[in-house]
Amino acid sequence: MTFKRIKPVVKKEFLQILRDKRSLSVLLVFPALLIMVVGFALNFDVKHIPMAVFDQDKSSQSREFIRNFSNTEYFDVKYYIGGYDEVDELLNNDNARIALVIPPDFSKSLSLGRNANIQIIIDGSNANTATTAIGYMSVIVQTYSQRIIEQTFQRVGVKMFLPIDFRPKIWYNPELSSAKFLIPGLIGFILMISAVISTSLSVVREKERGTMEQMMVSSLHTVEIIIGKTLTYLFIALLASVFVLVVGFVFFDVAVRGSIFWLYVGIFIFLLGGLGQGLLISTITQNQQVAFMLAVLSSLLPTFLLSGFVFPIRSMPIMLQIISNVTPAKFFLIVVRSVIVKGVGVEAFWDQLIYMIIFMVLMITISSVRLMRKVN
Amino acid sequence: MSLIEVRELTRRFDDIVAVDHLQLFIEEGEMFGIVGPDGAGKSTTFRMLCGILTPTAGNATILGYDLLRESRKINKHIGYLSQRFSLYGDLTIDENIEFFAEINDVYNFKNRREELLEFTRLTPFRKRLADQLSGGMKQKLALACTLIHHPKIIFLDEPTTGVDPVSRRDFWKILSALLESKITIVMSTPYLDEAERCGRVALINKGSCMAVDTPLQIKKMMKGDVIEIVCDNIRSAGKGLKESNLVLGVQTFGDRLNVIVENAEHDFALIEKHLKKTGIGITDHRCVAPSLENVFISLMSREAKNSLETIRDIE
Repeated sequence: MTFKRIKPVVKKEFLQILRDKRSLSVLLVFPALLIMVVGFALNFDVKHIPMAVFDQDKSSQSREFIRNFSNTEYFDVKYYIGGYDEVDELLNNDNARIALVIPPDFSKSLSLGRNANIQIIIDGSNANTATTAIGYMSVIVQTYSQRIIEQTFQRVGVKMFLPIDFRPKIWYNPELSSAKFLIPGLIGFILMISAVISTSLSVVREKERGTMEQMMVSSLHTVEIIIGKTLTYLFIALLASVFVLVVGFVFFDVAVRGSIFWLYVGIFIFLLGGLGQGLLISTITQNQQVAFMLAVLSSLLPTFLLSGFVFPIRSMPIMLQIISNVTPAKFFLIVVRSVIVKGVGVEAFWDQLIYMIIFMVLMITISSVRLMRKVN
Repeated sequence: MSLIEVRELTRRFDDIVAVDHLQLFIEEGEMFGIVGPDGAGKSTTFRMLCGILTPTAGNATILGYDLLRESRKINKHIGYLSQRFSLYGDLTIDENIEFFAEINDVYNFKNRREELLEFTRLTPFRKRLADQLSGGMKQKLALACTLIHHPKIIFLDEPTTGVDPVSRRDFWKILSALLESKITIVMSTPYLDEAERCGRVALINKGSCMAVDTPLQIKKMMKGDVIEIVCDNIRSAGKGLKESNLVLGVQTFGDRLNVIVENAEHDFALIEKHLKKTGIGITDHRCVAPSLENVFISLMSREAKNSLETIRDIE
């Protein structure tokens, strides 16, 4: 095995890729584009929920109460309505997701020291949004109530104290933006797909064309072919990962907090694993269509469903939790989230790197052994 | 010792025996033709000899190296031109040659490339992508790629199939020149006229060798004379003659029959009489020298005892 013989393979791969503008742009630009599209679309943040208010009291106090909602970025009070029938209409047409109904005796009850009942009607068709909205609303209502109690106590001259003052401090992602949670997963998702697809197609294409046989009759060793191809696609995928990180930073404000070096150690190992998986697919398929299908299925499905990218692994049934270990993206995701979002050092994720190394070595070994056996 | 010695070479694909205990001895500097119908096992043999396919049984020595154990050493001295065009269509002629030079450990290839381009008359097209070449040019480029590392033996698997007649003649001129420079050429072809131009030919059918000799000697293997007969209703005439005991063999060639008999003069009269009886008139007849095709078909039919129709179908 010499570098002298790997060089022509790499040179040839680059010539071919550079000439195939379409594939090149798919490999380089597509990941970054996908990050943008998915990053914006896959947004779990619940903000600007359209809200309708049926204020029957119309007092200064009821208006003050409503302002507590409209002053946050979570709710947009869009409609002031005059009857229940309008609530129906607005919720049915999806113009409003939440309706707040304030009874006519709202301010009167409060001033008399009685309970005031408000009614909140929520569109529950999107459970996620509804749950989050209820959370926000209960905090707003609680805070408001607390303030009234404080005022009342003050008026009678008693100093009020709060038994437990609840002030959560959120680490790593204080604004709880879902982009910070999703972008690392997306990086893994996209790199995996493009690595697996590009290598499997490039080898199968040579098999289809018969050039694989020509290389086998030459002085080239199979290992040199594999290394030559892997180096080429590794370089391109690393380049794509830079674009992805830049897009994440520019558009989603996701900056790398930890060490770029360790981030790239992770990406490097992860990509090699993906390239190995691509090679493995190319050893079991004979044409590009089948290779493409297999590459997409074997990289997309597990990476999307089992890596914890969107669905937390801890809340999966135990069987799925065990199966999820076959997905290198699961380990990669922990590494990337650790480095990008938490900014912690390698001591926090070295074990994940080892899992990824195991996967990579396994994939590359199996596929090399299979490729080494003569083609049939 | 011969340059290439093939001993009991066998390759099975599941339950199909593609090459069946093949024996071949090929000498240095000769042009050796392997002739046989599609599916005879020609390509499989080539792929095994080039180290792409592992034999199920048997072995070979090439240039004194053991095929099973020293195939990498063999690779340095052989060139293989596969049946279908297998170069990079998205690389230019120059780039293709450069790639095949470098993967064969030839780093100082520029002079050799000029030489080969000149030789194959591809110099004016050197910057063209391989996919944009004509069939004949592609084949010449493929040949140039297999010659870049000065191989001692080249294996050409049906090099002229699908190539137009003019390019075919060009290609043969190149091959003759190669032969003069002492390169051993092993080629397979389904065309018997091409096989006649080889020094020696092996007739292959169903994975084993039926005959190996010079085209001339092979033709002599056939006993009897060949009469070419042009008549009406060729198929039924052929069938009728085959069923009669008058002839050794009958081969139908579309517009004529080749009838193999022991003695042309004596037997023609009987044939004419037999055909007349079934209402078939002979338009023309003449004695012809047996062609390789005649020998091949008669060898094959003797071996397989198949009906004439099936043989024509195979062809």
